[in-house]
Amino acid sequence: MAVNIEDKGKMVVEEGSYAVAHAAKICRPNVISAYPITPQTHIVEDLSQFIADGEIPNCEYINVESEFSAISALVGASAVGARTYSATTSQGLALMHEVLFNAAGMRLPIIMTVANRALGAPINIWNDHQDSISQRDTGWLQLYAEDLQESADMLPQIFKVAEDKDIRLPGMACMDGFILSHVYEPLVLLEQDLTDEFLPAYEPEHVLDPKNPMSFGAFAAPDTYEEFRYLQEQAMQKALPKIEAAAKEFGEIFGRFHGGLIDEYRTDDAEVILMSMGSILGTIKDVVDEYRARGEKVGVLKVRSFRPFPKEQIRKAIKDAAVVAVLDKNISIGTNEGALFTETKSCMYNARCDIPIIGYTIGHGGRDIRMETIAKIIEEAKGVATSGIKTESQFVDVREELL
Amino acid sequence: MKEIRIHGRGGQGSVTAAELLSAAAFADGKFSQAFPAFGVERRGAPVQAFTRISDIPIRLRSQIYTPDYVIVQDATLLETVDVASGIKDDGIIIINTKEASENLKLDTKAKVMTVDATRVAMEIIGRPIVNTVLLGAFAGATGEVEVESIKEAVKERFSGKVGVKNAEAIQEAYERIKRKIA
Repeated sequence: MAVNIEDKGKMVVEEGSYAVAHAAKICRPNVISAYPITPQTHIVEDLSQFIADGEIPNCEYINVESEFSAISALVGASAVGARTYSATTSQGLALMHEVLFNAAGMRLPIIMTVANRALGAPINIWNDHQDSISQRDTGWLQLYAEDLQESADMLPQIFKVAEDKDIRLPGMACMDGFILSHVYEPLVLLEQDLTDEFLPAYEPEHVLDPKNPMSFGAFAAPDTYEEFRYLQEQAMQKALPKIEAAAKEFGEIFGRFHGGLIDEYRTDDAEVILMSMGSILGTIKDVVDEYRARGEKVGVLKVRSFRPFPKEQIRKAIKDAAVVAVLDKNISIGTNEGALFTETKSCMYNARCDIPIIGYTIGHGGRDIRMETIAKIIEEAKGVATSGIKTESQFVDVREELL
Repeated sequence: MKEIRIHGRGGQGSVTAAELLSAAAFADGKFSQAFPAFGVERRGAPVQAFTRISDIPIRLRSQIYTPDYVIVQDATLLETVDVASGIKDDGIIIINTKEASENLKLDTKAKVMTVDATRVAMEIIGRPIVNTVLLGAFAGATGEVEVESIKEAVKERFSGKVGVKNAEAIQEAYERIKRKIA
């Protein structure tokens, strides 16, 4: 359960962005660099305030003129052994694209909150997952939060995994812009003592040091480049159990568990399983509860880790379903499919099972996702279970009158 | 679960009111959620903010379409905004106006209640800021939150004299609407 009712005495009503900024502070970063962009702005404003008030000891906030500079500054800072943090979204994340590969290739455990937002044109400041999904091949860990509490709790977890000596990869903690960043809810602000117990100081293996000169990411010819790529992939695979372990240990210390790589909700005997990532899961769970109350076997599979992609866990979770519907807040234009849908189908292909899997791309540019829409998808999925796939993947709630 | 929609104009503190209402409800032992109509804040333009109040943790993330209660900060909005949109038949609409509710002729089965919150604000706070005052009226009209919790949330947000004056105005609006029910 993401919200632990026993925590009620410790909760305060706060904004999602504040909870995340507070969590970043509690993780004891040494260097923060970010450039404001809606809907991430409140996070960096709160962090600036913490710095101005002297609340983050041993930390430098580097003001920059763009997201490209923000992430570049952190590459340098991380290379000297600093714990580093940034936050961005949308066009800002896209501007970082080139440097994201550098951070991953140099094996620098930079952590960044992405307040997920659509990409222009046309300009749109609202939520979907196109920004971070479009960076899926950059070699960063990617976790997706379901609610405000998880958006904050995710930070120490992803720092711990990223900084692990077997991993050393950068990571994105993704939270839905506005839908989580700008909402006020009762939540627990991370405690310093518990976080210190959970997240030890970063101990880098190699650092930039004038006394012991060394180069990072300088050059690799064809005779060595492939091995760098291989080792990045190996690190991602090793991160799979580490993400599970970090979530479990966090649960033991803090009393909150949001899932490891995945989280299953009422899937035990489910005939229809809906799969998705992020804040849409809360709405889906409310609809699923209505179906369950009527005795219908519907469940939810939350995918929390998109990179690394938890193939084995997904296979196990959905193998006994009669039909699976995957809801994506992104699309790969030209495939008419969202990324989670494509990758779920891909990981099931050689799994010796033949479950129909259908895809929906939903919530583009902040289009509100109503309970009625989720119910419509469940009804269509039920039809697929009995009479097969008619439409493999489709947009949801398209306004035909505007076409 | 109860859903509340607040109508106002950018700069009138609709989002702050939604947050304070959620803080007060949480202080009462409920779970709550407050959020703006995302991304449309412009001074003077019609804006909306939302609060959900529930006995159990709230997971729903969609906007609010069928509110139980509506609060209208500025009666001039009635000319351009359908403030009764989607409200449940047994719901309550609370409007800041000196008009009596029967003169407003809203097309709704919901109960319409009015309070001259601007006057209360001018007399007690000395400024026409009505967002907190209307929360007092909301507590009186609906019983969904304790008026003391509203006052505490406001005093926590606005320290010193401002908070005290706001609390006084909240109490006044609470009593005025209570008298209308009685």
